[in-house]
Amino acid sequence: MGEEVIKTEGLTKVFNKHLTAVDHVSFSVEQGEIFGFLGPNGAGKTTTINMLITILRPTDGKASVLGFDIAKQNNDVRNVIGVVPQEYTADEDLTGLENILLCADMYGIRRKVAKERAQELLNLVELTDFKDKKVQTFSGGMRRRLELACGLINRPKVLFLDEPTLGLDVQTRTATWNYIRKLKKEYGMTLFMTTHYLEEADALCDRIAIIDHGKIVVIGPPEELKHGLGGDLITLNIKEDVDVTELIQKVEHVKDVKKENGSYRIKAEYGEVTAPFIIEALRKKGHTVTKLSLTEPTLNEVYLEYTGKSMRDAEESREAFAAQRMAMRRAHQ
Amino acid sequence: MSETNGNSKSRLHGLWALTNRELKKWYKAPVIFLLSIIQPILWMGLLGKAMNVGAIFTGTSFMTPDLVGRLQQSLLQRGMPQGQVPLFMGDLGNIFSGLGNSVMTDAFNTTDYFSYMAVGMIAFTALFTTMFSGMSVVWDRRLGFLNKVLSTPVSRAVIISSKVLSATLRSMFQAGLIIAIAVAFGLQFGPNFNLLNILGVFAIMFLICVGLSSVFIAITIRSTRIETPMAVVNLINLPLMFASNAFFPTKFMPDWLQAIAKVNPLTYTTDAVRQLLIFNTDWAQLAVDFTYVGIFAAVASTIGIVMSWRFLTK
Repeated sequence: MGEEVIKTEGLTKVFNKHLTAVDHVSFSVEQGEIFGFLGPNGAGKTTTINMLITILRPTDGKASVLGFDIAKQNNDVRNVIGVVPQEYTADEDLTGLENILLCADMYGIRRKVAKERAQELLNLVELTDFKDKKVQTFSGGMRRRLELACGLINRPKVLFLDEPTLGLDVQTRTATWNYIRKLKKEYGMTLFMTTHYLEEADALCDRIAIIDHGKIVVIGPPEELKHGLGGDLITLNIKEDVDVTELIQKVEHVKDVKKENGSYRIKAEYGEVTAPFIIEALRKKGHTVTKLSLTEPTLNEVYLEYTGKSMRDAEESREAFAAQRMAMRRAHQ
Repeated sequence: MSETNGNSKSRLHGLWALTNRELKKWYKAPVIFLLSIIQPILWMGLLGKAMNVGAIFTGTSFMTPDLVGRLQQSLLQRGMPQGQVPLFMGDLGNIFSGLGNSVMTDAFNTTDYFSYMAVGMIAFTALFTTMFSGMSVVWDRRLGFLNKVLSTPVSRAVIISSKVLSATLRSMFQAGLIIAIAVAFGLQFGPNFNLLNILGVFAIMFLICVGLSSVFIAITIRSTRIETPMAVVNLINLPLMFASNAFFPTKFMPDWLQAIAKVNPLTYTTDAVRQLLIFNTDWAQLAVDFTYVGIFAAVASTIGIVMSWRFLTK
C-alpha cells in the first residue's frame, strides 16, 4: 500500500443552497496510481475535480492533496498539482511555446528553466514542429496535447485530467492514453482523471470510483468490480407478458434476477451452461424465449449494477442532465 | 513551495505575464492595433471638426446680406444717426467676431473648440478602452482560461490587476497618440505649457483608467454571459460621457445634470488634462482634480481586489 496522495472525507458541494452536486464523497488515491472518476455528465465529476484543484470551495467535508488541506493551504496545493482542464484553455492568439511559457510564469518559474522544460514537454507531446504556430491553427488533438504540456510545466506530483479525451477521434484518443500511461510509468506520477467513457476507465485506470448523482456508488479496480458482479450476465426476453422472475431464480447457479424494461438481467455462474437450463425451465411452463444474450461483465454492467441504469441510458436522458448541468454551470460560475 | 519550481516567486509573480498576454492581443494583431489608432482620429475629425462650435460665433456666419440689411434697418428705426450705422459687412464681422471670441472664452475657456474637444477625446478613449477589461474577464471565464489560472499559485488580486494594468497601458498609449494627432490637427497649447505637463496627463490617465477598469471588472466579475455586462456598460457609458465636461462645459447644463457631472470622475480628469494642456493653468483646481481622481482610483481598485478575493473562487 502506497502513501495517500489525495484524501477526501465527506466532501460536499451545494450550489445556490439547494443543488447538491457532490454529496459526502470520501475516497483516497495512492501514490503512483491512475484513479478514475466514472459517471455520466452532470454526476459531479467536474465539481469534485474543481474542489480538489482549489477553484471551488467545498461546502462541507475535508480534502487534502499531498497532505495540504485544499481549503486552508490552497496555494501549497496549487504549487504541486498540474491541471488539464476539460476545455481548450490555451490562448488562441499566442503560439504553442508562448502558451507554455505563460503557464510557466503562472508558477513563477524562471525563464531559463521554463524554456528548457518547455522544449522537453513539446518533445513529449510531439509538438516541437508546431511550437511557433498560433494555437488557432491547431487541431483538437494538438490542443489537447498542448494542454497536457501546460499542465506538466511545474513538474507536478499529481496531475488532474478532466475528461482528457472528450471530443477526440479514436486515434487521437489512443495516443492520449499512451501519453497518460507514459506519465505514470516514466515519471511515477499520480493521476486523477474523470471520464464518462467506460472503455477509457477500463483501459487506463488502476482504480475507479463510479459516481452518480453526486455520490460514490462503488470504488475498486476495474477487474475486481467486474468480478464482484459474480459471474456472467444473461439477458433474455420472453414473449408472454408475465413475471417469471421467481421461476428463473430457481434454476441452479442463478444468483440474481432483475426485470428491467421488459427484459430479465440474470447473473449466473457458468453462464454458458446455465443459459440452456433457464430456457428449458421456461419452456416447461409454456413461455417462449424470444431473445437471449450472454455477456462477460464489462464496466457497463458494473455501472448498471450499481446505478440501476445503463451508462448509455444515463447519457441519453439528455433533457434531465442538460437542465441539471446548466443549473450547475450557472451556479458555479 | 515546491522545490522543483523556480525561486523567483513573489506575491506579484505572473502579473507582467498576464498583462503582456492581454497587450499582445492588441499590438500583435495589426488590424486591431491599426483600428485603435484610427478610432481617435475618426472621432476627432467628426466631433472636433464637424461640430465646429466656434465657427457659429465667429467668422462669417452672421454676415448674410439678409441679416446685415435687417440689422441696419433696425438700427435706423431706433433712431441711430445715419452716419453711425455700420454699412459694411466687414465692420459687422469685426464686431461679431470679437463678440464670438468672448463667448467662446467665457464658455470653453479657450477660443478654439477643437482644442477643447480633443482633450475631451482623451477621457472618451479612457472610458471605451477600459470598458473592454471587464469584457475580457467574462471571455476568460467562458473559455476556461480563468479556471486554469485559478488553479495555479497566481494571486487572485494579480489576475484582476493584470486586466486593469493592460487596459491602463493601452489607454495611456492612446492618450499619447491623441495628443500627437491633435497637435497635428492644430491643437493650441495653453500659455504655460511645457513638456512636463505631458507627464501630468499620463499620470491622471493612469489614475482614471485604474479606477474605471476596476469599476467595469467589478460589474462583470460574476457574470458568465457576455451580453449582460455589455448591456450594463452600454447603458452607463454614454450618459457618463455626456454628463461630464468632455465635450461641453457643465455650467450650461441644467442643475440636475450639473450635480451628476460634479461627481463624475471624468469631469475632473478632463479638467485636469485641459489645465495641463490648453488652459492658463489654475494650480489649485488641478490639485483638486488629481485628489478627486486619485481617491476614485484608490477606492475603485480596492473594491475590485476585494471582489476578486471574494468572487473568483466560489
